[in-house]
Amino acid sequence: MPDHSPGAGVRVRDLTKRFGSAARPAVDAVSLDVRPGEFMTFLGPSGSGKTTTLNMIAGLEGVTGGEIRIGDRDVAALPAHRRDLGVVFQQYALFPHMTAAQNVAFPLRRRKLPKAEIAERVARTLDLVRLGDHADRLPRKLSGGQQQRVALARAIVFDPRVLLMDEPLGALDKKLREQLQIEIARLHRELGVTVIFVTHDQEEALALSDRIAVFNEGRIEQVGTASDLYERPATRFVAAFLGDSNAFEGTLSGGRLAGDGLDLRAPATDLPDGSRAALIVRPERLRLSGAPGSGDNAVSADVTDIVYQGAFRKVLIRFGNGGAGCVREAIGALSDIAPGDRVTVHWSPDHAVLVPA
Amino acid sequence: MFVVPMARLAWLSVTTPETGLANYRDVLTDGVSLTVIWRTLRMMLVVTAVCLLFAYPYAYVMTVVPPRTRAVLTTIVLLPFWTSLMARTFAWVVLLQKGGPVNDALAALGLGDVRLAGSATGVTIAMAQVMLPFMVLPLYSSMRDVDRALVPAALSLGARPAVAFLRVYLPLTLPGVAAGTTLVAVLSLGFYVTPALLGSPKESMIAQLIAVKVQDVLDFGAGGALSLTLLVVALALLGLVARFVRPGAALGMSDEGDRR
Repeated sequence: MPDHSPGAGVRVRDLTKRFGSAARPAVDAVSLDVRPGEFMTFLGPSGSGKTTTLNMIAGLEGVTGGEIRIGDRDVAALPAHRRDLGVVFQQYALFPHMTAAQNVAFPLRRRKLPKAEIAERVARTLDLVRLGDHADRLPRKLSGGQQQRVALARAIVFDPRVLLMDEPLGALDKKLREQLQIEIARLHRELGVTVIFVTHDQEEALALSDRIAVFNEGRIEQVGTASDLYERPATRFVAAFLGDSNAFEGTLSGGRLAGDGLDLRAPATDLPDGSRAALIVRPERLRLSGAPGSGDNAVSADVTDIVYQGAFRKVLIRFGNGGAGCVREAIGALSDIAPGDRVTVHWSPDHAVLVPA
Repeated sequence: MFVVPMARLAWLSVTTPETGLANYRDVLTDGVSLTVIWRTLRMMLVVTAVCLLFAYPYAYVMTVVPPRTRAVLTTIVLLPFWTSLMARTFAWVVLLQKGGPVNDALAALGLGDVRLAGSATGVTIAMAQVMLPFMVLPLYSSMRDVDRALVPAALSLGARPAVAFLRVYLPLTLPGVAAGTTLVAVLSLGFYVTPALLGSPKESMIAQLIAVKVQDVLDFGAGGALSLTLLVVALALLGLVARFVRPGAALGMSDEGDRR
């Protein structure tokens, strides 16, 4: 294994980017700490500012305001070529006039390493991404997956302390994407490098990350582990963006959430009495029963459709107040219902989360 | 269409006034012809270099601006195509002549009285302007095909901006450079109107010499010999470029450029 320096932490404070005279900043006072060696994913819809934030960390985009530190260095004023970060681009960005080996040698030659060491490191890194026997091919003679592995090799060959990846798997088909996800996870483990990974694909984010930062409209909505975000979403946006959710809106008062003909028991919360809030329950946390009825943790609903999805089935429902929702039932634990039935959905209070509406 | 008069010219060059290679011997020995050929080659190099110097950044800017601005820039480049060469050359005569606006401006800047019209400098300026589209369009078309992420990628890998340009951007635009320089070089070799109107009779180019031989002196043999020499030089240039760039790249590229 290469003797690498372990990853560096990345610390971002009030990072802001405004393009031209745009009304809303593309990145709006983002603050974030990425721990050394951590796999951090920036997840969000397109236009949410995640790529712009990554490019500012890489030095490829100017900063309107704020602070970026990598390790103990303030890099805000440092040009891209002196930041010593590995960057993997969405469309690979391999140099088409250079072979795979020359592409991988490029960062080493810029660092004026001795020829013998360059050759040795290039060979070792190409082996690491399992492309040892394609060293002399031009990029256009390689498949998409192979090109991406060359790009990966080129970004890690000089032992950067932080590896930045901008939707690196976006151009690949599903099967190849899953293979490369495993590859990237392995490289992260073996190299100990800090990774910041940008994607709009929540499955990819859940599969790879130590922690995920969810971006929306230039801000970070929430940072946490995959299960934090899924089980304890902090905002409506996070609940809706990551997986399916059922939401009941109402006004908070004395430990209860009332509104829209419902009166539910509210979970513990920091939100003040009188504020609007939404109770979020994940589809697999809901239970169905045939008899209609409502209660502290129960709502009546009509079954509108049932979608079979292999290992589970999705029961689409409409609540008494008109809102749509869904229940996920594992195959083998199916209730005996059909579309058109009136049912009651209920949940354990531990599985409900309250977010600001 | 092209072959018959060429063949006739070649025939005349070895038969008039008498059979033999006397006309070619004259080209090499009369002193005037060789001087003119050298001067023409020098002018070609300077014009090509000036064109490249202006066209490279111009074409680059065309690739990075929004489409609307790009349309304006393209129109500016193409404008000369839609005006007659004569009109443009006379326009340069007016601009560059003694007492003309450019001369006055230079004088006002304290650069003194620079002779532009009737000098090689004037010819260079006017020719470079005429040739600019032939350089800009092939350059633009090869730059347009360069992935915009490559230079940022090179920077992120530790290349200084100058190195990123020399190692990545420039090599990828070389086909356009080759196509543009060849077009401009070959065209400037045979340029007649601009040097005739703007240049000094004492500094004539090969095309003017041919015209004098054929029209004034009626020495078709000498004219033919000079023409063929010009053709050979042009072909040699093309051959030289073809050695470095894959054949057809030049033409294919410029075609694409023209369509935009």
